[in-house]
Amino acid sequence: MKDPDQPRRLLKQMVMIRRFEEKCAELYQVEKIRGFLHLYIGEEAVATGVIDTLEAGDAVVATYREHGHALALGVEPGRILAEMYGKAEGVSMGRGGSMHLFDADTRLFGGNAIVGGGLPVAVGLALADKLKGNDRVTAVFFGEGAVAEGEFHESMNLAALWRLPVLFCCENNLYAMGTALNRAQTQMRITLKASAYEMPAWEVDGMDVLAVSQAATRAVESIRGGAGPHFLELRTYRFRAHSMFDPELYRDKDEVNKWKLRDPIETFRTMLEADAIVTSDEFAAIEAEVAVEIDAAVAFAEAGTLEPIHDLTRFVHSEEVAR
Amino acid sequence: MTVTEPRHATVTMTYREAVREGIRDAIASDDRVFLMGEDVGRYGGCYAVSKGLFDEFGDERIRDTPLSESGFVGAGIGAALGGMRPIVEVMTVNFALLALDQIVNTAALYLHMSGGQFNVPIVIRMVTGAGRQLGAQHSHSLEGWFAHVPGLKVVAPATIEDARWMLASALVDPDPVIIFEHAALYGSSGEVSADSGPVDINSARIRRRGDDVSIITHGGSLAKALTAADELDALGISTEVLDLRSLRPLDTAAILDTVAHTHRLVIVDEGWKSVGLSAEILARVSEDALWELDAPVMRVCAVEVPIPYAMHMEQAALPQVADIVAAVHKVLDR
Ligand SMILES: Cc1ncc(C[n+]2csc(CCOP(=O)(O)OP(=O)(O)O)c2C)c(N)n1
Repeated sequence: MKDPDQPRRLLKQMVMIRRFEEKCAELYQVEKIRGFLHLYIGEEAVATGVIDTLEAGDAVVATYREHGHALALGVEPGRILAEMYGKAEGVSMGRGGSMHLFDADTRLFGGNAIVGGGLPVAVGLALADKLKGNDRVTAVFFGEGAVAEGEFHESMNLAALWRLPVLFCCENNLYAMGTALNRAQTQMRITLKASAYEMPAWEVDGMDVLAVSQAATRAVESIRGGAGPHFLELRTYRFRAHSMFDPELYRDKDEVNKWKLRDPIETFRTMLEADAIVTSDEFAAIEAEVAVEIDAAVAFAEAGTLEPIHDLTRFVHSEEVAR
Repeated sequence: MTVTEPRHATVTMTYREAVREGIRDAIASDDRVFLMGEDVGRYGGCYAVSKGLFDEFGDERIRDTPLSESGFVGAGIGAALGGMRPIVEVMTVNFALLALDQIVNTAALYLHMSGGQFNVPIVIRMVTGAGRQLGAQHSHSLEGWFAHVPGLKVVAPATIEDARWMLASALVDPDPVIIFEHAALYGSSGEVSADSGPVDINSARIRRRGDDVSIITHGGSLAKALTAADELDALGISTEVLDLRSLRPLDTAAILDTVAHTHRLVIVDEGWKSVGLSAEILARVSEDALWELDAPVMRVCAVEVPIPYAMHMEQAALPQVADIVAAVHKVLDR
């Protein structure tokens, strides 16, 4: 294996995302976190596998379901949680909340809460990289619901037409809120839509972090080599409700339970244990490390401060930012 | 004193139920009417407005759409041109920005560009407003933008009765009508007279009579204005509250009348001040009732900043009862 640390790293990353979000759900119940909260639980292998293949300098554009992406990029958990608390120590100063995590250091360009809204932005970031002649890649994540938006098709076409270094990552979790894919699309093979724009497009098991990582590695290498945009359809499932306001009238418990058997963390851990790559003791150690990090994140968010109200209009124009 | 005091038996319902009843009625009574939008069916509506209607009427008349705002609003326009009476729900005004082209370039213009041949009898409903910590992309109050456009009618039901009955009148209208429902109102409840029926959708209404000062407002801000009026009443200040109801056309006569009655004016709007609805009201007052005013007009609007997530910041950005009370004191100089 090229990278002997990778399995443990991927496993720990997924565990971190899972436990972090379980904590978020708890904190939402006690109203520490407000507004919309969209959990990624069940989909961890996608962000983990893709982002693990990116390098410093690459950019990521995500949706409102982006805690996992921020964590995988290495954004500090405490600063993510502080954002959800609305604290000034949050990644976006408490201005954004759960749906709008931004981080210049890791080049995370949101956290966009308009379905499809991030796609054209990713195309533009990639255009800038191409014009500047560097070999950076922009990875953009969006749900399969976004495939119905005009912005999806416009962005795919532009990226292909201009051979831009974009990795399109469609997180197909089968539902856009309550609308199942088969009620939104006649052609449910999303990769065929990408093929129509003449870009390589692969269906990937989004519950298998190694499969995700391998596909992403291949795509990113090819993009960096100048082959233009690539498209991954990552087949996954959201174990929780769409947001905290969703009574889940549109799907059966049975279906959810069936998918839970393919839990990306459980299956990976079982495989690693069977192959004696990560022992159960080591897994327990991972859980313990993660628990410590999460406790620290909660403490950080709790200790955070509220931005003074007299700064309300501070981030409207750039000249006021430095104030 | 409220002007619309129920005379007969009344029914108590929430704003959400009132909107749902309005939709149910419209669909049951006219084969041409159907509801279409994202998650209106199986999910029950993102604000649970259409909950239950899917089971009652089926998927043709409660039609779920993919995430294609421009596409399905355009399709609604086409269906209206083709003889149907669609009610198109755009989840929120924030996402209506993806359909702005169809609303402004198609719905609003076809009657005119066709020399009067093609009217577009579509009703578009959408949620507006902030206050629930949903962040800047989910907290717009852009009804003033739509009210800018000739060819559209724009209404904002602020009471249970209007929530219940404006839709019926909008569906009778031969031209596009946009209904803005403020997110904070859905849970509010009140009484509607059991024998109430379709309401006029072109005029403003006085919701509270008063003599010292007028507050003009609409939608989600009406309740705040009425609360402020109660507080002011306790201080011996008699406040008149005018609910615009229709943002296009604006009921200029009602605006001028209340100014002529109290001679002092505060305008409350959750939208931004600059180039907005409040500016238009003020312009009309200064064009036609300037000499009626005994004091400069005050506006209580959202602070000119995208609506922040953090609760204290969001609340600071939005018009509050205390701001309205303070503005009234200022125009009264007491
Ligand atoms: C333009 C737009 N329309 C509607 C919404 C409301 N909305 C938020 S998430 C969502 C479902 C999106 O589903 P999908 O793209 O599959 O992503 P998922 O939530 O499953 O990750 C909808 C309809 C929105 N945010 N933006």
